[in-house]
Amino acid sequence: MAHFDPNAKPFSHQWMNDRLAIDTLKRVLSTEYWIPKNINFLWAMGMVLAATFGVLLISGIFLLMYYIPDTKLAFDSVNHTIMGEVGYGWLWRHMHAVAASVVFLIIYIHMFTGIYYGSYKRGRELIWLSGMLLFVTFSAEAFSGYMLPWGQMSYWAGMVITNLFSLGSLDLQGLVEWIRGDYVPGQAFLGRFFMLHVVLLPLIIMALIVLHFGTLRIPHVNNQDGEEIDFEAEAEKWKAGKRKEAKVIPFNPVFMSKDVFVLGIYFIIYFYLVFYHFEFAMDPVNFDPADPLKTPPHIYPEWYFLWSYEILRPFSKNAGLIAFGFAQVIFFFLPFLDRSPNVAPASRRGLFKFWFWALLIDMIVLTIMGKVPPIGIYTTIGTIAAWTFILLWVALPFITKLEKPIRGQK
Amino acid sequence: MSDRRDFFGKALGAFAGLGALGALYAAKRTWDPLPSVKAAGFTTIDLSNTQENVLYTEMWRGKPIFVIKVPKNAKPSEAPNGNMENAYDDKRLIKVGDSKFFIAIGLCTHLGCIPAYYPDKHKFICACHGGQFNAAGEVLKSPPPSPLVIPPFTVKGMKVVLGEAGPEYKKLKEAGLVA
Repeated sequence: MAHFDPNAKPFSHQWMNDRLAIDTLKRVLSTEYWIPKNINFLWAMGMVLAATFGVLLISGIFLLMYYIPDTKLAFDSVNHTIMGEVGYGWLWRHMHAVAASVVFLIIYIHMFTGIYYGSYKRGRELIWLSGMLLFVTFSAEAFSGYMLPWGQMSYWAGMVITNLFSLGSLDLQGLVEWIRGDYVPGQAFLGRFFMLHVVLLPLIIMALIVLHFGTLRIPHVNNQDGEEIDFEAEAEKWKAGKRKEAKVIPFNPVFMSKDVFVLGIYFIIYFYLVFYHFEFAMDPVNFDPADPLKTPPHIYPEWYFLWSYEILRPFSKNAGLIAFGFAQVIFFFLPFLDRSPNVAPASRRGLFKFWFWALLIDMIVLTIMGKVPPIGIYTTIGTIAAWTFILLWVALPFITKLEKPIRGQK
Repeated sequence: MSDRRDFFGKALGAFAGLGALGALYAAKRTWDPLPSVKAAGFTTIDLSNTQENVLYTEMWRGKPIFVIKVPKNAKPSEAPNGNMENAYDDKRLIKVGDSKFFIAIGLCTHLGCIPAYYPDKHKFICACHGGQFNAAGEVLKSPPPSPLVIPPFTVKGMKVVLGEAGPEYKKLKEAGLVA
């Protein structure tokens, strides 16, 4: 039977503690959640992502008040009403567009940090998997949001991407028409993607963020050497006042203060982009209203989808779809394709070092090739880069199997 | 005791499962194209005042429809896949009156972009991924895996109704030539 002190004043510390266990919550979630000391600024990217999601949510709420999900009115509600009439409407739009673009840059940095330091194995598999689910949901969120201004790029990207669901020679036109609710993207399409963008997908993202944090709590974050830290023993040292000796610091307030510093620098750059260079996140083609009878001369997705788009492009229809599907799911399998027990920076892992840098460079090449028109030498480079991507993943289990265990690791 | 609890658990699970299936079906139906969208599926094109080798674009079910009165010599200027055949001899053309017409959905069979027509070269070129078609919609250069699709049609004098499968369309379809 719970004990409630009848003398505690309403909302006093003890009164709250009796009812909500706020001291325990605070201890478990922040003051005694331990972070290794041996980390660098790349460990702040998670908080940067959470903060950027917050910016997207808040700016999105303001945009939602004037946006109209109607194929005849959507374009003007964004480009005339929000941009021209609503006080500071331009600010919300530019913040939303820049954050939507920048969030993917940070996601990629966050992912490649995890790959470099091996932070996806030895108890951290679920962190990786929940993170990949977040990546997929963010991609869906970005795509559905891109439909909403109903410009030329919205319409034609919607056409091309929904056509993928006919699954090549399976020719599932019925499925494509079901997804669109029409023979071509129209009112039904805009309405349902609006719903996905402002309700369903954000809810899923928030649930997944909670899951992602949850998966982190028991294995703790990795460190720069992949060292297996006895967090309980190190925490005891910290609590006993041996702060120099302890290998860990509490999440709050010590790690958070470092996080907030990185956040500060990040937001200076972010707001510089919002105020002075927002145009990189606003494709000029999308300032023409959607026209079902006129394809833009060159259809390309936003920069963060270019690498997977380029894997689709050089092949014939069916092979391209298979390669594209491969690229979409293969990152999920990373913890199981890496057969080495070593948790260490890529630089100390033999062949994996070359694998890591080859993958990173290949994805940058794919991104650039996805942007240029598919002609001449670009087609050749694109094809080679697409094959390289596939072969790198096929090779991963073999090169990691060959890897020698690093001394001191099981 | 536990038998009874198991039974109730299973019964509850079964009813909840049925409810979930019903809800899924309702959700699926909600996303189906509306009857009004499906009903607006017929378009009539009048071909009596058409000029040779000019691309006319019509609309059918929200999709662009290409119409060309194909001239006697419609050889493509070049064909990367070697198909240099005169499009006028293609079996996919539709005879209306004394002329042969190319009628097809103007969406590239690769990923649905609209190819542009170059009358002097007698071919379509798709700007998205570089696919090419001749004036009868046959592929001259991949990635498009198949020719431009011929929609269901029926010929009525100098008019063509799209959305209704007439005898000429059925013949083409049986021969596997519509796409």
